[in-house]
Amino acid sequence: MSHTNALPFPSRSMARDGIPDQAPVLSVNGLTTSFYTASGTVHAVRDVSFDLYKRQRLAIVGESGSGKSALAMSLVGLVPPPGRIVGGSVKLGGTELVGLDDAGISKIRGRDIGLVFQDPMAALDPLKTIGTQFVETIRVHQDVSAKVARRMACELLAEVGVNDPGRRIADYPHQYSGGMRQRVLIAMAIANDPAVVIADEPTTALDVTTQAQVLDLLAKICDERGNALVMITHNLGIVEELCDSVNVMYAGRFVESSSTRSLFGAPAHPYSKALLDCVIDPATAKRGALPAIPGSPPDLSVDEPGCPFVSRCPIGRDELRCATERPEARTLAGGAVVRCHFASDTPGDAA
Amino acid sequence: MSNVATAPLLRVANLNKSYGTGLGSRNRTQILRDVSFELRRGQTLGLVGESGSGKSTTAACVMGLTAVDSGLIEFDGVDLTSLSKPEMRRMRKRIQMVFQDPNGSLDPRFTVADLVEEPLIIHGVSGTAERSRRVEEVLDRVGITLKQAQRYPFAFSGGQRQRIAIARALVLNPDLVVLDEPVSALDVSIQAQVLNLLSDLQDELGLTYLFIVHDLAVARLMSHHIAVMNSGQIVEAGTSADVFDNTTHPYTRALLDAVPGARRRAKALAAAGTAVAMEGK
Repeated sequence: MSHTNALPFPSRSMARDGIPDQAPVLSVNGLTTSFYTASGTVHAVRDVSFDLYKRQRLAIVGESGSGKSALAMSLVGLVPPPGRIVGGSVKLGGTELVGLDDAGISKIRGRDIGLVFQDPMAALDPLKTIGTQFVETIRVHQDVSAKVARRMACELLAEVGVNDPGRRIADYPHQYSGGMRQRVLIAMAIANDPAVVIADEPTTALDVTTQAQVLDLLAKICDERGNALVMITHNLGIVEELCDSVNVMYAGRFVESSSTRSLFGAPAHPYSKALLDCVIDPATAKRGALPAIPGSPPDLSVDEPGCPFVSRCPIGRDELRCATERPEARTLAGGAVVRCHFASDTPGDAA
Repeated sequence: MSNVATAPLLRVANLNKSYGTGLGSRNRTQILRDVSFELRRGQTLGLVGESGSGKSTTAACVMGLTAVDSGLIEFDGVDLTSLSKPEMRRMRKRIQMVFQDPNGSLDPRFTVADLVEEPLIIHGVSGTAERSRRVEEVLDRVGITLKQAQRYPFAFSGGQRQRIAIARALVLNPDLVVLDEPVSALDVSIQAQVLNLLSDLQDELGLTYLFIVHDLAVARLMSHHIAVMNSGQIVEAGTSADVFDNTTHPYTRALLDAVPGARRRAKALAAAGTAVAMEGK
């Protein structure tokens, strides 16, 4: 087909097509996390499974309350009480992470899995210099002297674009701008050469121009170092630009998993389609007539029998099956995995 | 009355504002430099720019929440900078504001009905019956029932809370509404609902909006005119179509190019264009 040559990043999608030959660096199976609150049990992550391969950039996209951050926390053993992982497995290489004690997971977090959070000011200690925190991050996992660790930190800071790192390393977090702080966090996340970097809304707190720089940096770092990236975001523009595959999360479950190309070209699940329609396209949008998804996301403390999207769905609202029978994951001809009774991968057919 | 239709509702001219910084405020940091714009009745001016560009300070000056160094803020022919505090307080009945975060702007200890009624009490609208009539009317406009309004803010979703904040701003029948990033805390599926509501309200009530926004797609959609701010100055201004389609200032270009997805789409479009051209041969 002639149009394959017109893809923006043919090399990357080809690399991804070749990936399944290797073993996944991260393999998640049936992961389920719940929060046991006084007003009921919140089922934040429900039976989530995915494989992540070397060099892959995987997006997990969803709205607030979809469970995407609870998922990120579950991957690295940071689920805050009263939440806990109630089932499933997270395998990093050959190691099972679910059920590891604090000491065990602490050895892995920061060494094999790097983390970049939304708010760099909250992730950094305001009372310690960047250097102190950076050296600590390195020396927890690597047996090197403070002097060597500081030199490594300077090199990493230079790599992420901090000018004059020898001097800036002695500064405190507040002396850095928001974008620079996020660069520092990225440098720390890759300091121990992790197989996987998890970024939870890393640019949401940043301005659009700074955001573009940070996204470019993340892409460059992952390309050069070959680590896999899990990008958790609500911004579909970021998904389209940075990631090669995407999981759309709704009410704690992946409702569509596919390549970025296929999701943006022909979304299969009605929720994915509705979400893409909500992105304002300046060329076609009409004032006062923006497409909106009616209603609001479901309450995660109720484990409804049918499809969680049924009350907002344009195609299945009247179907008895949608209200009573939970859609199981099925693979469409185009390769997308979808949880919907009526989704079809022929564009236009679903409606 | 013809001058009412033609004269701008809000005219800001050569507005300057600085803050004292450092020990004992010995240094001055210039926040706004000669900011000038006009806003016509029933129209929307989108004020775009990055954080620190001065757009929120401009709004604070218009609202009379902070003193200006120099310049003119003329609202319906009256220079707001010359008003005393009580005079400004009375004037503020006609200039209302909607903030970014409805969780921060709605007191959790009040019911929604009480929250919407509060501005009426503050501005001395007497008569319980009259007040409840106006509360009901404005709640109805934003799609909240009176029964729902007996509940507290926590019982509402983010989009509904922002509707309540809008009702609170509109209950005094203001002429000018300053919208400070009213949808940036909302999910994309909810954003559209609130933007549609704001458009409808403007058309029905003839409201004038000063819309502070960093999302350029939203700015373009909602605004008749756009002013792009950078480092306290307006670097480009014009009609929405002018600013976005015939961008002249490099800063505006940089802002437009930085939108995620836009860069990749531009590349894909260019590539698709080439492919189509080749197929055509």
